[in-house]
Amino acid sequence: MITIKNLHASIEGKPILKGLNLTVNAGEVHAIMGPNGAGKSTLASILAGREEYEITAGEIDFDGEDLLDLSVEERAREGLFLAFQYPVEIPGVSNVNFLRTAINEIREHKGEKAMSAKEFMALVRDKSALVELDSKLASRSVNEGFSGGEKKRNEIFQMAMLNPKLAILDETDSGLDIDALRIVANGVNQLKTDQNATIIITHYQRLLDYIIPDFVHVLYDGRIVKTAGKELALELEEKGYDWIKENKVN
Amino acid sequence: MANYTEDELAEELKNQEYKFGFVSDIDTDTIPIGLNEDIVRLISSKKEEPEWLLDYRLNALELWSTMNEPSWAHVKYKKPDFQAIAYYSAPKQTKKYESWDDVDPEMKATMTKLGISMEEQQRLTGVAVDFVMDSVSVATSFKEKLGELGIIFCSFSEAVQNHPELVKKYMGTVIPTQDNYYAALNAAVFTDGSFCYIPKGVRCPMELSTYFRINAGGTGQFERTLVIADEGSYVSYLEGCTAPQRDENQLHAAVVELIALENAEIKYSTVQNWYPGDKNGLGGIFNFVTKRGICEKNAKISWTQVETGSAVTWKYPSCILKGDNSVGEFYSVAVTNNYQQADTGTKMIHLGKNTTSTIISKGISAGKSQNSYRGLVQIHKNAHNARNFSQCDSLLMSSECGAHTFPYIECKNSSAKIEHEATTSKIGEDQLFYCKQRGISEEKAIGLIVNGYCKEVLNQLPMEFAVEAQKLLTISLEGSVG
Repeated sequence: MITIKNLHASIEGKPILKGLNLTVNAGEVHAIMGPNGAGKSTLASILAGREEYEITAGEIDFDGEDLLDLSVEERAREGLFLAFQYPVEIPGVSNVNFLRTAINEIREHKGEKAMSAKEFMALVRDKSALVELDSKLASRSVNEGFSGGEKKRNEIFQMAMLNPKLAILDETDSGLDIDALRIVANGVNQLKTDQNATIIITHYQRLLDYIIPDFVHVLYDGRIVKTAGKELALELEEKGYDWIKENKVN
Repeated sequence: MANYTEDELAEELKNQEYKFGFVSDIDTDTIPIGLNEDIVRLISSKKEEPEWLLDYRLNALELWSTMNEPSWAHVKYKKPDFQAIAYYSAPKQTKKYESWDDVDPEMKATMTKLGISMEEQQRLTGVAVDFVMDSVSVATSFKEKLGELGIIFCSFSEAVQNHPELVKKYMGTVIPTQDNYYAALNAAVFTDGSFCYIPKGVRCPMELSTYFRINAGGTGQFERTLVIADEGSYVSYLEGCTAPQRDENQLHAAVVELIALENAEIKYSTVQNWYPGDKNGLGGIFNFVTKRGICEKNAKISWTQVETGSAVTWKYPSCILKGDNSVGEFYSVAVTNNYQQADTGTKMIHLGKNTTSTIISKGISAGKSQNSYRGLVQIHKNAHNARNFSQCDSLLMSSECGAHTFPYIECKNSSAKIEHEATTSKIGEDQLFYCKQRGISEEKAIGLIVNGYCKEVLNQLPMEFAVEAQKLLTISLEGSVG
């Protein structure tokens, strides 16, 4: 699905990623954990195509294409989805208008016909139930006046609507109470197939109680320094990141 | 509305040049250029006007010649040479059309290009159109249906001939000749326009619509509109403008007067898309318009405007809230791009008790343009319990454009409540990125964001206008983020 090789990236001349390697296959769930400042959100931003980062070395293959050659919207249309850590408000634009525009842009890109209003509304009903999102929120302006939990659920709702190949969840668990966390996790689990993949970026282990990852990676100082199964998350929770830092020094 | 035009937009966005920049090849009857008493007499005689109207014009000319062009607006332009303008141009057709089939095919083609073919209008929208092409009305529809209700909707010239008592009674009562330089000029040389009268207690069953269009090169256009809503009546009036592409500047100085008698309501909506000049600021229309309405007791006037065109705009649709409990509203979206300049806003003059006014202004500036809101809220000393709410928002699309707000408040009654809110923001890179991450192209993202920003105003427009306005906003701002 995605292969990242020796990725180096910097912002305003300051190196953040320093030789990151990661391979994610279809059907897999990967968790990327790490202390603050390790480069977790930088990785998410670079995959989505934020322009303020400079890629100084490395390559990213996304389903046979050079990801770094694609524009932000091309990546999205090819099936890369980012659930934002801080979802953006767009006053006056309804969630449904926003999503219908997005869906039809993606369909047009694939050479498919625009989705009919009827089909679209059925999809909205179906997918909003998945994340227990009040159907009223679907017709409200994008994220405007949403609570923190509603914004995060809205991200997963959008993900469900757009049905991406690769979803990257950037700190989706931050600011969620246990109930919201369960709902979000439940949504992600239900969307999982053997055709798609998920990268969960998180600081804490608790989301991984609900979404069981196939792999857990520790990102530290711009590189993945440790990879193991789901038990690694528990170990990190217990020992903290200092343990990794010490290990790395040793 | 939610799912409006996305696909159509894509088509239109491919064509960045001004869509309506074509010239119809129709013989026109143009009088010599210049402005003097003889010209005014000639216009009046060509239109077979009564003596009182000629006197009205001559008086206006005299007043105008003593006045100076206003210079307080935040706009810069080369003053028009008023002696280099032809003040009258009419399509060369002496006989009136008996039916739609008689209309010159060339003219029909023009209307088709404008997207307002009569047949379509009649069949699909139920809008009665009074199409003004180069100063003379060529077609009016739905007249009979309106006639049954006693509604008069015709060209200004026809009204002068057929309803002189109404014209004489109300013309110039809201905007007197000496009101300002351009109003005086209009009063002297106006060639045509629209007239509408809604009788007592009648609710006009359809949106009344007029399309203005400058066509012959080098001719100014001086339209005059008079809308009278008699006691307890209601009318919604739509006005839309497009103009062909020209390199020389063209002057448009219209006058619109609205009269809402007791318990009457007038809703006046405008989508203005005059040629704005090219991306280097060459050419474009000068739009110097005076629009004002007066409200008697319990009456209401609501102005809604979407301004995307013109090189220079100078326009303040206003309300005189004379009667107690009367209501004035102003909803505006003004877009400027490239080198466009707009100085627009409203005046709410509170004279009566318990009068209420609302002002919602959304300015969008892009390119190197200058966009100013200028508004006056005036509470007179007998206007007890007057209320005003103003909200002026500015959205900046580039780092080289300007947004300015000039709110004036004059309050002479201590029981008044006046609220003013203003915001200025730059279009969010984060919003654009968010849209693009969902697969939406930059152009569509701008369209979504801008239309969302203007929603409060667009919601005031009748449906068919709202769709057109949304498209216009997106087209006007194509490729403008920087």
